[in-house]
Amino acid sequence: MKAPSFRYVRARSLQHAYQVLQHHNGDAVAIAGGQSLMAGLNLRLSGPKVLVDIGGLPELSGMDCGGKEVRIGALTRHVEVLRSKALQERIPLLPQAVSHVAHAAIRNRGTLGGSLAYADPAAELPACAVALDATIVVGGLEGEREVKATDFFTGLMDTNLKPGELILAVRFPVPPPHTRFAFDEFTRRQGDFAVVGLAVTALVGGDQIETARAVYFGCVDRAKLAEQVSSALCGLKLPVADRGAIRNAVTKDLEPDDTPGWRAETKLRLAQVLTQRIVSRLAESGTQ
Amino acid sequence: MADSADKSRSSQKAIGASIPRSELTRLMSGKGRYVDDIKLPRMLHLAYVRSPHPHARIISIRIDEALGAPGVEAVLTGDDLNPMCKPLVGVALHRPGHRSPPQSLLATERAVWQGQPVVAVVALTRAEAEDAAEQVTIQWDPLRAVTHPLDALDKSKPVVHPELGDNLAFDFTINKGDTDKAFAEAAFVVEDQFRFERQLAMTLEPRGLIADFNPGDGSLTVIHSHQSPFQMQDVFSQHLGIAEHKVKVLAPDIGGGFGMKLNLYAEELAVAAASMRLGRPVKYCADRLESFLADAHARDHVLTGRMAVSSAGDITAMEVEDFGAVGAYGMPLRFNVAEGMMAITMSGAPYNFSDYKARTRSLYVNKNLVGMYRGVGMPFACVLTEVLADRAARAVGMDPVEFRRRNYRPRGSYPCVTPGGQKLETVSFHECLDKLVKLIDYDELRKEQQALRQEGIYRGIGIATFVEQTAYGPPYYGPSGARISTQDGCNLRLEPSGVLRCVTSITDQGQGTLTGIAQIIADSVGVPYADVGVMAGDSSISPYGGGAWASRGMAIGGEAALGAGRKLRANILDLAAAITQTSVEQLDITGGQVVNTKTGMAVISLADVAKVGYFRQDTLPADFDVQLSVSHSFAANAQMCYLANGVQASYVEVDVESGFIKLLGQWAVDDCGRIINPLLVDEQVRGGIAQGIGAVLFEECMYSPEGYLQNGTLVDYLVPMAGDLPDIFVEHVETPETATELGAKGVGEAGLIGAMGAVWVSVNDALVPFETVITHQPFSPERILDAISRSPGALNTGH
Repeated sequence: MKAPSFRYVRARSLQHAYQVLQHHNGDAVAIAGGQSLMAGLNLRLSGPKVLVDIGGLPELSGMDCGGKEVRIGALTRHVEVLRSKALQERIPLLPQAVSHVAHAAIRNRGTLGGSLAYADPAAELPACAVALDATIVVGGLEGEREVKATDFFTGLMDTNLKPGELILAVRFPVPPPHTRFAFDEFTRRQGDFAVVGLAVTALVGGDQIETARAVYFGCVDRAKLAEQVSSALCGLKLPVADRGAIRNAVTKDLEPDDTPGWRAETKLRLAQVLTQRIVSRLAESGTQ
Repeated sequence: MADSADKSRSSQKAIGASIPRSELTRLMSGKGRYVDDIKLPRMLHLAYVRSPHPHARIISIRIDEALGAPGVEAVLTGDDLNPMCKPLVGVALHRPGHRSPPQSLLATERAVWQGQPVVAVVALTRAEAEDAAEQVTIQWDPLRAVTHPLDALDKSKPVVHPELGDNLAFDFTINKGDTDKAFAEAAFVVEDQFRFERQLAMTLEPRGLIADFNPGDGSLTVIHSHQSPFQMQDVFSQHLGIAEHKVKVLAPDIGGGFGMKLNLYAEELAVAAASMRLGRPVKYCADRLESFLADAHARDHVLTGRMAVSSAGDITAMEVEDFGAVGAYGMPLRFNVAEGMMAITMSGAPYNFSDYKARTRSLYVNKNLVGMYRGVGMPFACVLTEVLADRAARAVGMDPVEFRRRNYRPRGSYPCVTPGGQKLETVSFHECLDKLVKLIDYDELRKEQQALRQEGIYRGIGIATFVEQTAYGPPYYGPSGARISTQDGCNLRLEPSGVLRCVTSITDQGQGTLTGIAQIIADSVGVPYADVGVMAGDSSISPYGGGAWASRGMAIGGEAALGAGRKLRANILDLAAAITQTSVEQLDITGGQVVNTKTGMAVISLADVAKVGYFRQDTLPADFDVQLSVSHSFAANAQMCYLANGVQASYVEVDVESGFIKLLGQWAVDDCGRIINPLLVDEQVRGGIAQGIGAVLFEECMYSPEGYLQNGTLVDYLVPMAGDLPDIFVEHVETPETATELGAKGVGEAGLIGAMGAVWVSVNDALVPFETVITHQPFSPERILDAISRSPGALNTGH
């Protein structure tokens, strides 16, 4: 369990990072918190020739919670999201989700940008980015561009990032005051990657769901809007009496695979159970 | 006997005190020294190329590229190393019919499990050795594998060792009384099949050793993360042909053993062979991936159990059949019969019946070897017996606690021998159960359970009675032919300043055994605990001994320490009497002072006694014989083991929609005889419980039907962490062992055995409303959901 040898470059500036990444094309990888990357290296699952450490770049830090949107720098550690009072007030889904991310030691090092770039289908934050309709700010030698989270995750651990590009920040629109959030996951142990997880944002008027965005993780290949479930939620009166439609929508949205210990049908069942519970919670969260 | 023990305890302070482990500050502040912390001059690092297949022929091995890789000093195959070492044979001579073929260090023509080492790459660093290992090319011809215990005797399946004819390693039957008649006459018969998946000990510190062969004098020093340096001294000497006085095995700090580091590993002997070949120290530390593939595995059994019960609720007979998939070879020295033998000899042990039939078969499969792991086969016996006991109680219509009380062997019926051959003498089933029922407020808990069921909350209460074989004696290993010492010993010396230094043959992997030894020494000599230093782990300096296994530290090693302490005390008193010109009868030692027995007044300090003893012998009578270093060994010559016992309870909630289980509480009432250190005893029980919970709810080596391990990291092999465990409450009944003066029994495995039983019973109790059972460990959510879907009432859970 020793990583294969690699060259380590500490980026002096964004431009420097872009240049090194671009120069080595696919053989260079950016390292931020290293919480997934280092484990992968030690398991010899990947063998990049160069690691570009972006940990010292001030452009990637900081959180701006002042305006109509919240901008969170890519290097923001999970623990900062977890403890942010502003986020707890304005986008409580994020700290709530982060409380499920691994363990304290990992949350102290792992970063928002890293989690999104790694695009683990079982990770919490990519799902939240899609549920919150976030926009991902990407930079490279050719300049900056913005990608909607819904377009960013393109496949299993695959993203819209091109070689040489970095995530700079994530912009989250601040949801209107009558938005309700619900988040939960099934994990075997506290802090494990989810077998099935779900993040939901819903605009609720009176006792009726006006619009909803539901995003699953753990039982999908990537973070994407669960369209059937999202639209099945729209127009529903809380608390939801007939759950049959939601259960059917789950079956249409999800096509999980068999994995050791979990048949696809079991994951589907768990997704249905979780969805029902989360919908119940949407009703409860309005009574606070 | 008891009198003298009590007298020696009368003025005691250290025994019975909750003293934290003496090495705690050192280890917790990062000052420990484990094998991988140790660097020797000119030391090389070894990495293995292992078989990626469960069963495959080796067509060719190409090492040229690896030999040329940076830092590489040698690339060794079986052709290089196997001839240096007498093959390992794991046959138990006391078990007629037991078979195991010889095992070489490295596979040459055929690999028989995924992970079997084939090539050893030795380089300047471990990273370079791993890099070079990737350059070794082995051409494989994969063969079909046999993997499941129930498949191993299927004639259509492959045979692991063709020379044996089939995969049967061992077959043993017990037949007591007339079981068939008892079952024919029974009012109720409950039965089921129980599946225990494979698991691992998963020590915090993986296995590791540094073998340092010195060509200058032909000596071999091995720094080894191992529970028994003596066993390994013997093994290295015998198998590598080095005179025993030139072999020394040192066990430094060890981060957990759990029996796994007691086993004998061909790949560890190969490290010593590599050092002999290269004339340089060679380090090999298993990384976590190798732990999964090459640490001794455990469990992997299928058992069928039946229990016959009368209409009045008396257990009248039991039948047990066990199939164990023990891996590709017999585990050398420790064999592969122990799990199955314990399962069938200990099933039903607490209960009062005499008709019993049982059979165990050990079977070779294309998987890693099964070796010793905490609890060995005792959890099978506990689970099977207690799950059936609960069902029998339900069949009769009796409360499970009442059923147990009724069926335990009555108070006053001891000593007696169970149908499985366990000699019960100082057990306390009734006392433990009474205490547990109070501790958990059983009646209230049942009421809560019933009330919550009305709300659709499904909780279960599980009670499990267990018997723990501790401190195996010479009657077991002696006839087996294995050179396993069941004695332990202690050297003890008064230092010139009046403090004591002790070297014990017992070893400590985190249990706190050495702290307990110091407590026993302190009291048996009469000095403060702080004045006793204890060292261990050097096969060359203490009396010969067994080390740590079968929960024997206090029971055997403690008894040896008590003997040494008494010898030294007597010698000190003799010397003090000579110095002070009084009679020995007038003197006693307490608090590190020689005192007058009658007045309690200090007569002379141990420092002053030692000063004369070491530096001013000229002041003593010419023929006075000063002996301030003593040695004492102890073995329980006639004793198979000391039986400890206890009862545990679990309270669980099953989420019947998702299949997830939440453990709400765990309680243990344990009887391990005389308790030397209550704090450390409780920690043993708690740690064992954590592993028992892990076994039932989480841990599983998931093999594909083809024999490939599918979860080889700690991400997907689930070891419970602190946050996944409930509060654990531990209480005791203290029934001293009568065969020793100290009266201590073992406690190392109690927690695990009882916890497995209690969690099994509690989860099944929670599922009672669904008229279904779960009998496949671990209880994953999917298995729970499958169990519920088998519910005859198909109880609607919202789906």
